[in-house]
Amino acid sequence: MFYREAGQFYTSYAKDQGIFQLRQDKYGLWGILFIAFIVVPVGLYLLVQGGLMAASTKDYLYNSIFLLLLVNSMAALGLNILTGYCGQISLGTAAFMGVGAFTAFKFSTGLNYRIQHEDDAGELVSQLVPLLPAIDNPILLVLIAGFVTAIVGVIFGLPSLRIKGFYLAVATLAAQFFLVWCFSRVEWLYDYVSSSTIQIPPLKLFGLVVTGSETVMRDGQAVTIYPAAETKYLICLSLVVFFAFIAKNMVRGRIGRAWMAIRDMDIAAQLIGIRPLATKLLAFAVSSFFCGMAGAMSLIFYLGALEGAEAFNINESFSVLFMVIIGGLGSITGSFLGAAFITLIPIFLVVSLPWLGGQFGIPVDAAVVEHFQFMIFGALIIIFLIMEPLGLARLWQIGKERLRQWPFPY
Amino acid sequence: MGEFWEFVLAPVLIFESWRFGMEVAISGLLAGVMYSLVALGFVLIYKASGMFNFAQGVLVLFAALNLAGFIGLGVPIPLAILLTIGIMILFAIVVEYLILRHLVNQEQIILFMATIGLAFFLSAFGETIWGSDVKKLDVGIPQGRFEPFGIQIQYLELTAGAVAAALVTVLAIFFSKTKIGRALRAVADDHQAALSVGINLRTIWIIVWAVSGIVALVAGTMWGAKSGVQFSLSEIALKALPVLILGGFESIPGAIIGGLIIGLGEKLAEVGWGPYVGGAIEDWFAYILAMVFLVFRPQGLFGEKIIERV
Repeated sequence: MFYREAGQFYTSYAKDQGIFQLRQDKYGLWGILFIAFIVVPVGLYLLVQGGLMAASTKDYLYNSIFLLLLVNSMAALGLNILTGYCGQISLGTAAFMGVGAFTAFKFSTGLNYRIQHEDDAGELVSQLVPLLPAIDNPILLVLIAGFVTAIVGVIFGLPSLRIKGFYLAVATLAAQFFLVWCFSRVEWLYDYVSSSTIQIPPLKLFGLVVTGSETVMRDGQAVTIYPAAETKYLICLSLVVFFAFIAKNMVRGRIGRAWMAIRDMDIAAQLIGIRPLATKLLAFAVSSFFCGMAGAMSLIFYLGALEGAEAFNINESFSVLFMVIIGGLGSITGSFLGAAFITLIPIFLVVSLPWLGGQFGIPVDAAVVEHFQFMIFGALIIIFLIMEPLGLARLWQIGKERLRQWPFPY
Repeated sequence: MGEFWEFVLAPVLIFESWRFGMEVAISGLLAGVMYSLVALGFVLIYKASGMFNFAQGVLVLFAALNLAGFIGLGVPIPLAILLTIGIMILFAIVVEYLILRHLVNQEQIILFMATIGLAFFLSAFGETIWGSDVKKLDVGIPQGRFEPFGIQIQYLELTAGAVAAALVTVLAIFFSKTKIGRALRAVADDHQAALSVGINLRTIWIIVWAVSGIVALVAGTMWGAKSGVQFSLSEIALKALPVLILGGFESIPGAIIGGLIIGLGEKLAEVGWGPYVGGAIEDWFAYILAMVFLVFRPQGLFGEKIIERV
């Protein structure tokens, strides 16, 4: 009734090529952005101020749900570009995220390297020497991480010209296992600490504390300022929205069409003048750029400190792949829907299963919850592939089609 | 010889002490046989349905979990093996009924992702039923080792080699001499032509999945006897993937030879280069080896030549 194209005419080429053809869609997007940028932070702030919500609940929402959601959305966007649009299956997403995280770490500490020399007493002295000034701007770090990961992605994408389909999927496993091995064995990557854990140093953006804490003198007293969850959330949100916009415009332009042509039939694409190597490598570069940013965001904003081999293992790769499948291969909206779905289900299960078990007097421990999570993920993947191979994005589209005809579907 | 060459040739230099070298080589080859056992199951399903069955590794874990579980319950070993075979056949029927028949005519990538879903479901399902602790699996394979010419060889690894040889022989006879085997090969060649001469695709799929389930049981028994039945078994089984791409997806001899190359290469690299770079290069060496190999021969050693037509 309200969702109609009636009365909307495309009177110029620019209008005809708009991302959102319908005014309602455009308003819908602005509405979502308004909610995400303004209603959520202000609303939660007011709820806490009004005493309706504990401050810890608010921080939990930001730190454990919203930030994870944003990081996962970014990674899903990246994989969707490679797998959904360009048709190259990758099982190495987590490793590329890891490259992003470690790049951000190295640049935030100034690319330290170690020199060892013997002192007068003949004992070995090690010293960390920075190569560059440390960067303390989180956004710059995220971008650098993206670029470095893009280079690594291109290197591992090189075989894709010769290797296709499943053979390529297995070849990307090489990236996964090799890079993750580097994260725990190449000492330079984690500044030679024995636990191979990386921790992001204090960072600031526009004078706001983003990570770590800062002690300032105020009225003659030392006050420690901790980063506000809102700051992290808004920075991440801005990054994700900005790059989703870029991704959307990439995939509907010349580049995206070339990717889709390669995906649908690479020989035919070659015949109409698309260079397969350049196109595939570009897809690998852009995809890795996004994944690298996701990894850097995960380190800087979400986790703060992590152990590479554990945080970016192969299950993480699969979970991003699941986001893309469930959300919808070849859909930007789908990446977000899938990321939301895969991120929220475990949280929902962790809360609901023990409660459900309690109702029937069955004790439910963490292991059971994890098993159920895996089983539900597995079953959902199969169900989605059978019922709707194009995922949530397709359901969303069908819903919109129905809405257009409602309430008179004829 | 310079340090550089010493590093580059490290895997070969192991043979300076030839006994040690032979021990490393033999244990590598026999580990490769274990990989081949897992890879065989992949090849069977790929040949018959064009499905890249990612769940094969988990199938190995699932079969071993069931067998270990039944034995743990006090069921006599032969009966436990029969019960597990029964479960694998039942599983094949369920998979065909619930998944395969709904995915006919879908693209290969969709089928592949469905098997990833299946892998996740199955591994969690098995552990929910049997628990996630490490189980010992003892089906009477002799432990210990013997030393011909001073080279130590584990009985278990030797048994695995013998079992693999027997399995390949049985499969070869099954494929070439029996009616079902010929039907399977017909399906592998051309689905539609097979249908048109009256071969029932669904029955064939059930048979193929059941056979690869039983192959998985054999592989699972060997792995389980070697390192206990636990979740990481499904990750070891991932190693079967580089074996596959090295040997070619469609080739049973390829799976065996690919397994031997991977097993040998990996062990020699680990012993030779491992100490220089901090060890554990076994984790990724097989994948990189397979990837480099693929660049030169995209269809693997024995795979059918990839011919692309517009």
